[in-house]
Amino acid sequence: MSGLVATLKRICSERDGRLGLAFTCLILVFALVGPLVSPDPNAIDIKARFAPPGVMHLLGTDNLGRDLMARTSVGTRYALTLAVMIVVISSVIGSLIGIVAGIAGGWVDRAVTAVFDIVNAFPPLILAFALIALYGKGSATFVLLVTVVFIPQFGRMARARAQTLRTLSFIEAERMLAVHPVTIVVRHYLPNVAGPIIVLASMNLPVVIAFEASLSFLGFGVQPPKSSLGTLIKDGFISINQSWWPTVAAALVLAIATLGATLLGEALRRVIDPKSAGVR
Amino acid sequence: MTRSQRTAAFIASRLASVVLTIAGATLLLFLMVRLVPGDFTSVMLGPRATPELRAQITHDMGLDRSMVEQLWLFASRAATGNFGEDVVSHRPILDIVLDVIPNTLALAFSALALALVVGIPIGVIAALKPGSWLDSGLALLSISFITTPTLVVSVILFLIFAIGLHWLPVAGAGNPGDIMDRLRHLILPSVALALGWVGYISRLVRAALLDTLAELHVRTLRAYGVSEYRIVGLYALKLALVPVVSILGIGLGDLIGSSVVVEIIFARSGIGSLIFNSIAQRNYPVVQACVVFIVAFYIVANLVVDMINALLDPRIAVGRG
Repeated sequence: MSGLVATLKRICSERDGRLGLAFTCLILVFALVGPLVSPDPNAIDIKARFAPPGVMHLLGTDNLGRDLMARTSVGTRYALTLAVMIVVISSVIGSLIGIVAGIAGGWVDRAVTAVFDIVNAFPPLILAFALIALYGKGSATFVLLVTVVFIPQFGRMARARAQTLRTLSFIEAERMLAVHPVTIVVRHYLPNVAGPIIVLASMNLPVVIAFEASLSFLGFGVQPPKSSLGTLIKDGFISINQSWWPTVAAALVLAIATLGATLLGEALRRVIDPKSAGVR
Repeated sequence: MTRSQRTAAFIASRLASVVLTIAGATLLLFLMVRLVPGDFTSVMLGPRATPELRAQITHDMGLDRSMVEQLWLFASRAATGNFGEDVVSHRPILDIVLDVIPNTLALAFSALALALVVGIPIGVIAALKPGSWLDSGLALLSISFITTPTLVVSVILFLIFAIGLHWLPVAGAGNPGDIMDRLRHLILPSVALALGWVGYISRLVRAALLDTLAELHVRTLRAYGVSEYRIVGLYALKLALVPVVSILGIGLGDLIGSSVVVEIIFARSGIGSLIFNSIAQRNYPVVQACVVFIVAFYIVANLVVDMINALLDPRIAVGRG
């Protein structure tokens, strides 16, 4: 806990870290509190179609007269949930595969690296597109398929760390002492791989948020009646000649979320892993 | 080994890995499509499935043969650009893809050029005054450019310049014969696509330039009284551009990938919108052909970039060879 406070203090010690934290908190409050204080996001009120922002509807209404404050905050919450799930699952699976490849070496390592190379040969959006088109929509499938696209990055990072660790004498000593390999992995590899993986995960969070929004915008992500930032931008875009406000509201929330998450991720990287931070 | 032999060996090993990666990607694509649950002909044809079309697909794709034979058939045809005939328009799929590729390439290359032309000067200006308010302002600007999703940039540009101000056309790629019209249609989409890379390149140039300016040979130049502007313009910038060149391959791939979103918003024809529309019509043979093209382009672009880099900076080839 004191470690968390110290990390936060160091993040706040510079401008970008403070901005990142502020934007992220803003988005989190919007996503967590917004749905509690606003009306039903799916309540249709045809008489109030395309209402501009006002006292009754803080962010106006959409083509069916649904409250956009409610819809955008619920959509933000859903988008963030999906992004966090994708990042967590792909970092865990990627780390495990990477550690195994790094420790095993030989043909296992070569096979894993080859698979990573092949997945990386596809532009991410196109690969996700093809997978979702072939294997279907729906939230669970969506999370799994997008996870596939992001696993190689984490795998490469974990593999590189595991390869370095394997040659270190304290790990060699435990191997000599016939400590069970699983014990060695849990006791030494996981804690040592965790730092860079957490940094990579935090840097990838905004990428995944934007990724989900693009896929949902194109109709390959979140399906109605659920809504995310991407579907809100799409819905607004369809009726953009009547009202530009719905699109802009969701687009701004998306931009603030990705900016905040990136600034926070970079600040976190400078705190946890100062060597990789580069020239500042 | 001499330097040129090392470079040749490096290029040969890269070529071999490129061939392997393309083969692997083709295998993955083949498996992806084949492992879809359900009767394959109905998956491929969707609502259009008639007994005749089913028979045609079965015959065309060799579904009655073994998996290994099918894979060989798919790979050898893909290698020669034979993707079969489209069941919707009855045209060769290759022609359909080739029709739209120039549009996407024009978009991706103009976005990349724009990103370089705008991004490099921003990076240089920031690096000349490190730590100043100008530098930190540009840093925040760059990172905002990087993080704002292409989707958001496209929508906002579309709203302001096409719908609000009516300065630029709303949709399409312009009249085929009219260069000026096509250029006007290219402006908004390429700006939307380029913005993130403007930020990325400027940050990369700034970091690389600061690294170079800290090196000994630059200090020697300073000691000789060479002005800072001459040092940057004549010596340092050239070295600082090496990392920029090395990300251009990834950049082009990323731009082609993101072009889907841009092409949909600006209703341009291109490989992105072709994939999108083909998926909507469940026309998977066309999707497959498009993906083969994109992957091949992505890999070849990275190879070309690696080669340019090996020529620019001999340490790269020596280090690995």
